Amino acid sequence: MALQKMQRIYIYALKKDKDRILELLQRRGIIEVRNMLKEDKIFRREDIGHAKESSEKNVAAVSQALEILNSYVKENKSLLSSLKGRKELPEEVYASFGEKLESVVEIAKRIITLSKKIAEEKAELIRLQNQIEILKPWVNLDIPLNFKGTKHTAGFIGTLPKEWTLEEIYEKLAAYMPLDVEIISATKEQTCIFVLCTNTFKDNVFETLRAMDFILPSISLDKAPAEQLKDFEKQAEEIKGRINTYLEEMKSYDKSREDLYFLLDYETIRIEKYDVIGNLLQSKNVFIITGFIPEKDAKHIEEELTSKFDLAVEVTEPKKKDQVPVLYKNNGFCEPLEGIVNSFSPPGKGEIDPTMVMSLFYYMLFGLMLSDAGYGFLMAVGCAFALYKFRNTMERPMKNTLKMYLYCGISTIFWGIMFGSYFGDIFDVVGTTFFGVEKVPVIPPLWFFPVEKPMLMLTFCMAVGILHLLIGLAMKGYQAIKHKDYKSLVYDAVFWITLLISCVLLLLSMEMIKNILGINIELPAYAVKAAGILAIISAAGIILTNGRESKNPFKRILKGLYALYGISGYLSDVLSYSRLLALGLATGVIGSVINKMAAMTAGGIFGPVIFTVIVIIGHALNIGINALGAYVHTNRLQYVEFFGKFYEGGGTLFKPFGMHTKYYKIKE
Amino acid sequence: MKLLNEYGIAFALLGAVLAALVPGIASAKAVSMGGVAGAGVITEDPAQFGKVLILQLLPGTQGIYGLLIAFITLSQIGVLGGSSDISFVKGLLYFAACLPIVIVGYSSAIKQAKAAVASINVVAKRPDQFGKAMIFPAMVETYAILALLISILAVNGVSGLNI
Repeated sequence: MALQKMQRIYIYALKKDKDRILELLQRRGIIEVRNMLKEDKIFRREDIGHAKESSEKNVAAVSQALEILNSYVKENKSLLSSLKGRKELPEEVYASFGEKLESVVEIAKRIITLSKKIAEEKAELIRLQNQIEILKPWVNLDIPLNFKGTKHTAGFIGTLPKEWTLEEIYEKLAAYMPLDVEIISATKEQTCIFVLCTNTFKDNVFETLRAMDFILPSISLDKAPAEQLKDFEKQAEEIKGRINTYLEEMKSYDKSREDLYFLLDYETIRIEKYDVIGNLLQSKNVFIITGFIPEKDAKHIEEELTSKFDLAVEVTEPKKKDQVPVLYKNNGFCEPLEGIVNSFSPPGKGEIDPTMVMSLFYYMLFGLMLSDAGYGFLMAVGCAFALYKFRNTMERPMKNTLKMYLYCGISTIFWGIMFGSYFGDIFDVVGTTFFGVEKVPVIPPLWFFPVEKPMLMLTFCMAVGILHLLIGLAMKGYQAIKHKDYKSLVYDAVFWITLLISCVLLLLSMEMIKNILGINIELPAYAVKAAGILAIISAAGIILTNGRESKNPFKRILKGLYALYGISGYLSDVLSYSRLLALGLATGVIGSVINKMAAMTAGGIFGPVIFTVIVIIGHALNIGINALGAYVHTNRLQYVEFFGKFYEGGGTLFKPFGMHTKYYKIKE
Repeated sequence: MKLLNEYGIAFALLGAVLAALVPGIASAKAVSMGGVAGAGVITEDPAQFGKVLILQLLPGTQGIYGLLIAFITLSQIGVLGGSSDISFVKGLLYFAACLPIVIVGYSSAIKQAKAAVASINVVAKRPDQFGKAMIFPAMVETYAILALLISILAVNGVSGLNI
């Protein structure tokens, strides 16, 4: 339950060692570089925009090339590859990659050019194929389409809509004899004709044809259609051939894929370095690095740096107004939940890390909501298997997520056993349908069946809720102690805790509540009396103190009264934990519905097979939807009910200057 | 009264059927709203599929709660086997017991879908804020859960009454 202590670090070094020092720091990845000193006449920051630009260009080109390559040549990726983590690369490969860089960028550019060429050729092919389609009806014509006539004759080549017979056409043109009409081809949609007439009637014939909706062909060519068609087809073949060679070449770059990915990483590392260089204060011979470093690493890096280079290191405590970055220090049990805290917000200035306290309840609440030993078992085993199989290479965030579900799964098993739920009631159903077992339940719950005693379960859930809320208030008190703000400790934590506990005791002494909850506790009379008095004292305390930021006494009391009204908020907070019951029941009951449906089909020879299929599919769906529900609502209870009592967040995570690569990990 | 008593089972069944029908319809609509918004996000950034899917599914639970109540009621009134001797009053009580999840389930699913769509838009612009975005629809669901709770308790309670 803590955060790493951060310190300011200043490194003053000679410019001649700059590259090597930065390289070392980047490799160690333990300093977050921040601007802490101002520029002056001697020390200035360098503009690195230009250098960064070329790296960014490379990244853009290679990303585009990879996208293209992946669309042409599928990458071999197994389903589990995301669990595997980054591949390890020996350092030499990284060090010598600089020489290879240009050639890899060339490959990327070539891939982009290739894809452009392929696109162009494909467009050309489509254009050709269109022309072939247009030409096809004309294939029997033995003169070129652009034939306009001879010295004494005029020729018209074109199409008429719909189907025409020779007689119909002659009939229309009868007045302008002599002429010759040929039908080249005719379909229902159009008739392709060739009309030859004397020059004298040229205009009249054209007019008449126009009146018949005569259209000239959309292409005009010098060769006879049949010949032209052959040419086009030949060209189309050539284009197809070219596309194939391009595709072949594209495929040949499959083996360069790793280089391309590595280039992305390489440039990412470079860009990160440029960003840092841009933040350095530099004079003619000296440069200064400033930033934050975890206290535990400060000594070590100081020794390493001073032993290798001529430089001075200064480590100081952070200043009061510093926005110190957040780095967690947690054990393996609660570390997986750092992600959950982060997605709310990392601890803000002066706040404590809530991960440890949260983790206890997180696993428990998740287990209560899923509450099925079978589902918990599947979850735990699946996560444990993945964690074991990829134990060496798995990335930390993935490891933490899986660990979180592993612990949640174990908690789910525990509550499943307590409430006697194993894949709903699978043992009972299988026992009674297939083996004639009469004594149900086969495995009785360790505690009780929530379906049979929902009120007891509801009481238990609310008790868990009250405990959770009280711990939230206690955290507020703890935080106040840490800040030595004892007023806040008493007014905001102790008063409220006393009020809540005494109210619970008073409620428990009422007949009505006891009847509703179906519990039977006799509180001794003096305890009830004491609770009453304590409740009044703490309520009065809250009214008097909780508006203390106002100077005006009248306003102060009003604010205090309003704060006391916040007790209704506690009521709704506690009721909110009834979701534990509702979601827990939902899992169990839907599970039994699935089993019951499966049992209905269990007769006959194929009965057991159908039974198994329904059970597997049904429970797979149920585990999915209920695990999602449990996850979401556990988060809600933590964020809204628990964090609402003491935690605001607002910090920023520690982002050290390092090698934040995506595909490869560089070995030391 | 004797004649009326024969209709008890009809009211009880009506309650159960409505519990499956109404929240189911609402959830179908709600999930489709999320799906439409989610599909838009995926065209831009396919990597957000997992997050968007979770947000889309959130308002789907009302349908399941309805199913749950329908099933508990069906098994209590003996439609799934056993005796189905339900008095008129008891039938009406079962009907009333189903109402919370029928009504709240319907309206909360639609309202939750609106919050889910808004959260999907958050994920589209800022995928790192998923944790917060998820909480908004979950807040709406609280009321469906409360209604579910009352329906469960009421259906269970009615079966114990001797009328």
